[in-house]
Amino acid sequence: MAEIWTIGEIADGAPTRLTLELATLARGMAEASGGTARTLLVGQGAGSAAAEAASYGPAVLVVETDAALASRPIANVVAPRAAALIAQHSPDFVLVGASNDGKDVAGLLLGLTDLPILYNGAAAAWADGGPQVEMSTFGGKLVTHSAFNGSRGIIVLRSGAITAEPAASAGSVETAGVDGVSELPEVKVVDSVTEAGAAAPIEEARIIVGGGRGVGSADGFRLVEDLAAALGGAVGATRAVVDSGWIGYSQQIGQTGKIVKPALYVACGISGAIQHKVGVQTAGTIVAINRDPDAPIAEFADLMVVGDLFEIVPRLTEAIQARKAAG
Amino acid sequence: MNIVVLLKAVPVVGTERLDADLLTDRSVQLEANGNDEYLLEKALQLTETHGGEVTLLTVGPSGATEALRKALAMGAAGAVHVVDETMRGSDARATIEVLAAALAKLDFDLCFAGADTSDGQGGVVGAALAVKLGLPYLSYASEIEPAPAGVRIHRLNAAGYDVLESPTPAVIMGTQLLGAPRYPSLRGIMQARSKPLDTWTLADLGIGSDAVGSATATTRTLDAEKPPERAGATFVREPADVAVAQVVDFLAARRLI
Repeated sequence: MAEIWTIGEIADGAPTRLTLELATLARGMAEASGGTARTLLVGQGAGSAAAEAASYGPAVLVVETDAALASRPIANVVAPRAAALIAQHSPDFVLVGASNDGKDVAGLLLGLTDLPILYNGAAAAWADGGPQVEMSTFGGKLVTHSAFNGSRGIIVLRSGAITAEPAASAGSVETAGVDGVSELPEVKVVDSVTEAGAAAPIEEARIIVGGGRGVGSADGFRLVEDLAAALGGAVGATRAVVDSGWIGYSQQIGQTGKIVKPALYVACGISGAIQHKVGVQTAGTIVAINRDPDAPIAEFADLMVVGDLFEIVPRLTEAIQARKAAG
Repeated sequence: MNIVVLLKAVPVVGTERLDADLLTDRSVQLEANGNDEYLLEKALQLTETHGGEVTLLTVGPSGATEALRKALAMGAAGAVHVVDETMRGSDARATIEVLAAALAKLDFDLCFAGADTSDGQGGVVGAALAVKLGLPYLSYASEIEPAPAGVRIHRLNAAGYDVLESPTPAVIMGTQLLGAPRYPSLRGIMQARSKPLDTWTLADLGIGSDAVGSATATTRTLDAEKPPERAGATFVREPADVAVAQVVDFLAARRLI
């Protein structure tokens, strides 16, 4: 009879895909335990995201915050309110997404609540009377399962743990007031700078097209971007490409970048060194385009196209555009 | 400004393994966590420009010394190594308590933490530490500079970055965009041999050994196995036009387009 909460995230007035995945997961785990699930949405305008979040099943608890808090980083607003509600309602388990803001919320909550924590989760399920969390450990060398020794805890989960699926019946939406919030030491957002050419975030992408050193130049990298656009996906890159300045660090996949789990990863001119492999090896399908048939990526790709990416990638982009145009 | 850099000694990437108790085996060769070195580099640059000293803080087994010596050779002024065999098997909460107690004994304006570690990939320690110490927490920094009010950072977001400010002391978690770490110079390596590398035990921090270790851990690893092998790649070696048609068919068959 566990009560399982998800701490949601909002982007552009809607719950993020990761939030909806966790709400789906919380719903399943709560059903398996005979308990209940809730999604917590905190922030200015959080109510606007409530209906969509509720359609995934768990009841939504909305905490609207006033404009005066808008000058704080969102994690500093969410964490103390979540902590106060956790103190009030004592949920058994709290799911948090492993986005940048999510990890900040989880870390701050860890400090505020002293709840046990399992992080770097790739999947979770209710088994033997509690949550079991699957992790891809040591860059995917091992798959491990972990559990809490006690009956409560925070679980930080990466995207792709489950496919988000709306529930047969939507959860309720309730606006909550929070008492006893003790604010964190103040950090102020004094400016916000939008950088031209910011690419779609890879954490949320179902399809990612990655470029490696083999694309040769910033111009070569445009071929990767064109293919990503044709596929409706996001652009990823190896560290060498990011270090060369052909794309921003936010798109870096691998040991020192992000770990992603898209349904499809298309690797263009990527050799597949271990540092990159660890970031993407759990993708559903991997297609590699590489001149070298002996490149390590052949060891974990599903389809290995041996050839010149400068010939293949533009033609692939055209073929996909043509197919989409034909409907 | 005085800066403490949290540095974790992790198994050399690629050599990680679990021991018989399903704990990360730390008897293998250890190296400084890659992400932590970027913060060390930024700390060195800041103190070179604005004065002050960089102190390293690590909690870990005796094998962490080598990683600390290398970081001292890069330019840190001194290091504190909290080493106590009773800590083996500690969970994140116990580790954070130990770090917080050690930081309480150090004089600093800024405490730096890397974005995450190669062996744990949590990325939550910096935030929890800041809460424990009652300090402001600033994260995902791509730039760090002094400001009239204390410190100013650029925090990465999907569209660019936010500029954040807080008073100091503060805890800052940073990214690789801070700049690639330097290599130790020969002179640095020589100097590192005589730099202070203090070893502290839990008793020095006023923490009982009953507060740490496997017996107090709130989580446990149930099992570990090798991931299922991918089936192996199907090779396409046809000319570009034929190859592209095959890729399209492959993606369509898997309903990916």
